[in-house]
Amino acid sequence: MSLLRHRTLWIVAVVAALAIAPALAGNFTVSLLNDIGIGALVALGLVMLTGIGGATSFGQAAFVGIAAYATAWLTTAQGLSPWLGLLFALLLTGLSALAIGMLTLRLGGHFLPLSTIAWGLSIAMLFGNVDALGRHTGLSNIPALQVGGWSLADPRSIYYLIWGLVGLGFLFSYNLLRSRPGRAIRSLRGGAILLASVGADAYRVRLTLFVTAALYAGLAGWLYAHMNRFVSPSPFDVRASIEYLLMAVAGGLGHLAGALVGSALVLILKNGLQDVLPMLTQRAGQLEAVAFATLFILLLHFARGGLMGFVRRWTNAHARAQAPREAMAPVEPLPHRTLPDRGSPVLSVTGAVKRFGGLVAVNDVSFDVKAGEIIGLIGPNGAGKSTMFNLLTCTMPMTAGQVRFLGQDIAGLPQRQVARLGLARTFQHVKLRPHMSLIDNVALGAHSRTSSGVLKAGLRLDRSEERQILQEAQRQLDRIGLGDRAHELAGSLPLGTQRILEIARALAADPVLLVLDEPAAGLRRKEKMALGDLLRKLREEGVTILIVEHDMDFVMKLVDRLVVMNFGSKLVEGVPSAVRADERVQAAYLGSVV
Amino acid sequence: MSAMLEIGDLHVSYGQVDAVRGVSLNLEHGQIISVIGPNGAGKTTLLAAAMGLLPCKGTLRFDGEDLHGLDVEARVERGLCLVPEKRELFGELTVLDNLQLGAYAKRLRGDAMKRRLQSVYDRFPRLAERRAQRADTLSGGERQMLAVGRALMSSPRLLMLDEPSLGLAPLIVRDILAIVRKLREDGVSILLVEQNARAALESSDHGYVLETGEIALSGASQELADDPRVQATYLGGGTNDDA
Amino acid sequence: MTWDVALILGIDGLANGAVYLLAGLGLVLIFSVTRVVFVPFGDIAAFAALTLAAFETGRLPATIGMVVVLTVLAVLTEVGSLVRRGETARIPKAVLGWGLLPLVPCVLAWLASRPGVPAPVHVAVAVLLVVPIAPLLSRVVFQPIADASVLVLLIVSLALHFLLSGLGLLFFGPEGSRTQPLASGSITLGDGFAVSGQVILMVSAAIVLSGLFFLVFERTVTGKALRATAVNRVGARLVGIRPARTALFAYGCASLLAGLIGVLIAPVTTMYYDSGFIIGLKAFVAAIIGGLVSYPMTAIGALAVGVVESFASFWSGALKDVIVFSLLIPVLMLRSFLMTHVDEEEEEVDQ
Repeated sequence: MSLLRHRTLWIVAVVAALAIAPALAGNFTVSLLNDIGIGALVALGLVMLTGIGGATSFGQAAFVGIAAYATAWLTTAQGLSPWLGLLFALLLTGLSALAIGMLTLRLGGHFLPLSTIAWGLSIAMLFGNVDALGRHTGLSNIPALQVGGWSLADPRSIYYLIWGLVGLGFLFSYNLLRSRPGRAIRSLRGGAILLASVGADAYRVRLTLFVTAALYAGLAGWLYAHMNRFVSPSPFDVRASIEYLLMAVAGGLGHLAGALVGSALVLILKNGLQDVLPMLTQRAGQLEAVAFATLFILLLHFARGGLMGFVRRWTNAHARAQAPREAMAPVEPLPHRTLPDRGSPVLSVTGAVKRFGGLVAVNDVSFDVKAGEIIGLIGPNGAGKSTMFNLLTCTMPMTAGQVRFLGQDIAGLPQRQVARLGLARTFQHVKLRPHMSLIDNVALGAHSRTSSGVLKAGLRLDRSEERQILQEAQRQLDRIGLGDRAHELAGSLPLGTQRILEIARALAADPVLLVLDEPAAGLRRKEKMALGDLLRKLREEGVTILIVEHDMDFVMKLVDRLVVMNFGSKLVEGVPSAVRADERVQAAYLGSVV
Repeated sequence: MSAMLEIGDLHVSYGQVDAVRGVSLNLEHGQIISVIGPNGAGKTTLLAAAMGLLPCKGTLRFDGEDLHGLDVEARVERGLCLVPEKRELFGELTVLDNLQLGAYAKRLRGDAMKRRLQSVYDRFPRLAERRAQRADTLSGGERQMLAVGRALMSSPRLLMLDEPSLGLAPLIVRDILAIVRKLREDGVSILLVEQNARAALESSDHGYVLETGEIALSGASQELADDPRVQATYLGGGTNDDA
Repeated sequence: MTWDVALILGIDGLANGAVYLLAGLGLVLIFSVTRVVFVPFGDIAAFAALTLAAFETGRLPATIGMVVVLTVLAVLTEVGSLVRRGETARIPKAVLGWGLLPLVPCVLAWLASRPGVPAPVHVAVAVLLVVPIAPLLSRVVFQPIADASVLVLLIVSLALHFLLSGLGLLFFGPEGSRTQPLASGSITLGDGFAVSGQVILMVSAAIVLSGLFFLVFERTVTGKALRATAVNRVGARLVGIRPARTALFAYGCASLLAGLIGVLIAPVTTMYYDSGFIIGLKAFVAAIIGGLVSYPMTAIGALAVGVVESFASFWSGALKDVIVFSLLIPVLMLRSFLMTHVDEEEEEVDQ
């Protein structure tokens, strides 16, 4: 793939340039590169947290500060080794992040970013007001790092450590995003319900991500302290946090490389302006901020996705997916659920009622679904089908009534638990991740079948499990006929195909009951026929299917039984031919003469 | 005299979906036409494109004037009005505010405003009763009345209604459609998009059946109402074989 | 802490809270219509204060230069976009609206900088001079990217703040200034307890302006059109309300509020070119407590921030902001808890 070679070439070129830079460049440049490296680490955490995870943080500089001060205090006041300082710094940063995250990550909407300003400001101000941390003068005489006998006091020496860690950081993030927890992280923007439908807890995913980003910032803080050998409160205030955010946005929030590009862009620009402006005008010092801000705003006007976004659009890498992976050798498939015997009850709804204030959306509806059959839940627009659907999947609590799944009472259980019990669903308004590939979207469905966490994934210790998941996802893609398009981006698919992809994702969860929300809507005749064939094949394999659908034609030829709803109540239940002939059903669909 | 609304070979896509594919229809002055079809046929997209909310390709003329290049607000000023499926009322504002804002494009003031309001109240007495209430406290049927009333405040020459019967009880639907039929007497041409085929065909002169983005059938409403192919469109055994 | 002290602190807090209230209202106003968190709000307030200071020392306010530059940029942007859309016929009117209208306050300001102009005129013109700033900024900076994600708009807004405070440094220099009190004297309440005229002015300004705000939005067509746009953008378009126009009105109102705030606090605080940031931040806090939608909650939030800040500064001057912001977290948790939650799908990142 020419694209693959293209990108690897770039990476090799950048790494080579970075490797020889200290030999060729002057002191100032090396120091600048060190600063860029440290900034890139923080920005990397931000790209993951804000860009991918959707949680805007104005407090990353506070974590940098906690780590910097932690190691500074340990190595000066306590006189311990800087390497112990690293452990201490990371521990303290991680614990602070955990505490802050547990308090604030459940905040929704605008409250979360504001809370990051709140603790970002408070922590920064705390640094300047605690005696043990030197108040506004800070702590100095922090010892340099020593590796074996070598001192890393010189900028050129610590350069390799910094960039080595930057490289490892990128590798960790790269591995993380291409793994089970990475898919969950990349789905955070899709909403908590999407994640719950595959058995994941959005809050926990977000919390883990938050702590990870904080640890990146902490690592940067430790490096900062032992590079500058001096810490004071001002580099860790909200303005610094804003600068890190500017880096991530300018570089490109949607791409890991954006962290490096953004850090370089912002720091080079700042330094460049400091050099260039005095040549143009007497009042250079005052113009710096103005020039910087103007250029930054212009950048965002022309490239909202940052510099990397611009580059991607330009090379049109957008339309094509990331490099396809090598064909995989077959591996042991993931363990399967044993499906219940044909005819045994899978789902029973008794007396379901849902009220929204004065409106009764679902009025005393009862029906059963038995293993191995396909049931259709139909009715005209506004009949209450979608609400009924949400009640079944525990997306919404019932006002009254009971739902039993595989003999267990599930009313009141959180959605993700119901998903783990074997109930997989699709969405009326498709919830796919448009910037993830088809195979990744489907692999998300298998989330609850394995258990690798962030650490295993980042260190690439989850490879065998990952191969199993991808094999399963490929199998599902083949099943629905999209096998040869596994690496296309889901956002480029037409709506009908997206719906089918969602079904593949649901199947990847190895469900007992598949609940589909208007899967045929927007499909052409041929696509509908293919979908019908797929569903019939699944039934033969023992999967039970409940379809909420509008399209009578599609449903008639497919289902074993129909349940018809109208105005929130059950109108009729029976075999398709009987239901179609029923006058009440005809009146409900074609409308009554008014 | 040119048609009030002329749509020729219209193509509308949003995202990757070709929702409307080559639709042509004509609405003459003073006519009521209905566009019916099952869910997902592209009816709402068609109206959205006519209103300017979605970009489209093809002929789109209102009273002889090309609509391409006119934004939504300009089309409203020319007398083209849409009552959308989701009503899009100003929930936090009162009924009166909603109605007054309906006349925004025509810049009514003082007595002219009062007269226009009264004419709407005459048609929808329940709105008069609830004029000081917030729009989001109204029932489904009242909201629909408010949506239509607000549209009427701008004295439109062509009123487009997207699924006015959606979610409403049959009696209310009957009332609303009766009002719609009477509008013709005041010189308003009407384009009615509906899922309730029978009611729509009863209230209109001419009908078009839309299926997956294309016109499948068209004809005088009376004839369409008895056509078995219409029933098949809704209940299965479809008319089209788009391969 | 005695009752006397508590009362003084409370009143001081209310006075500051009054200022935060007006600022919070301005922020919510702009956000509800445009999804922009208008960080430069505080900078505009600072400019009004510094303009007034310039008048009082008999100098020509540098703000004039700023407004002129922005005007030129806005005209260029508007003409450029008209040319690109092929609507060249509208150019003359655009030049008049965007070019000449904002220059009127500039001329007034030039006239007002002459000697012998009474103080109230100075105050009025100082406010008027900053009114065009936000609408001009919106035309040049925000309108071209109006459909970007909220995050990008926020980042641009932050960058704009740095730009404006940098311009402030350039035009006004690093020295701070304090203006003459707008209201002298004081009122005595109860047992010889004096409340300064300035405080009374601030609180009553907040009350009057909130009342005016309320009236405009409840009684005027433009005000209702603005509320409608904020509540339902599609619905507003369907009745012929152009979102860009209501956005301009919102920015203009916010600018006016910022100007008023600037001249109100100029006598009580030493204003520097970058004083806007902390004002904006506290207003932002108030606005978030109101969920960026509710004016009453924003008002309550603002008053609470002002009072808490006042008491916190008594307890520890240096740590007062720490205390205010630390107390924020439980408040946010409570607020978030009380708000009904919909499943929030975040916007996708701009690519």
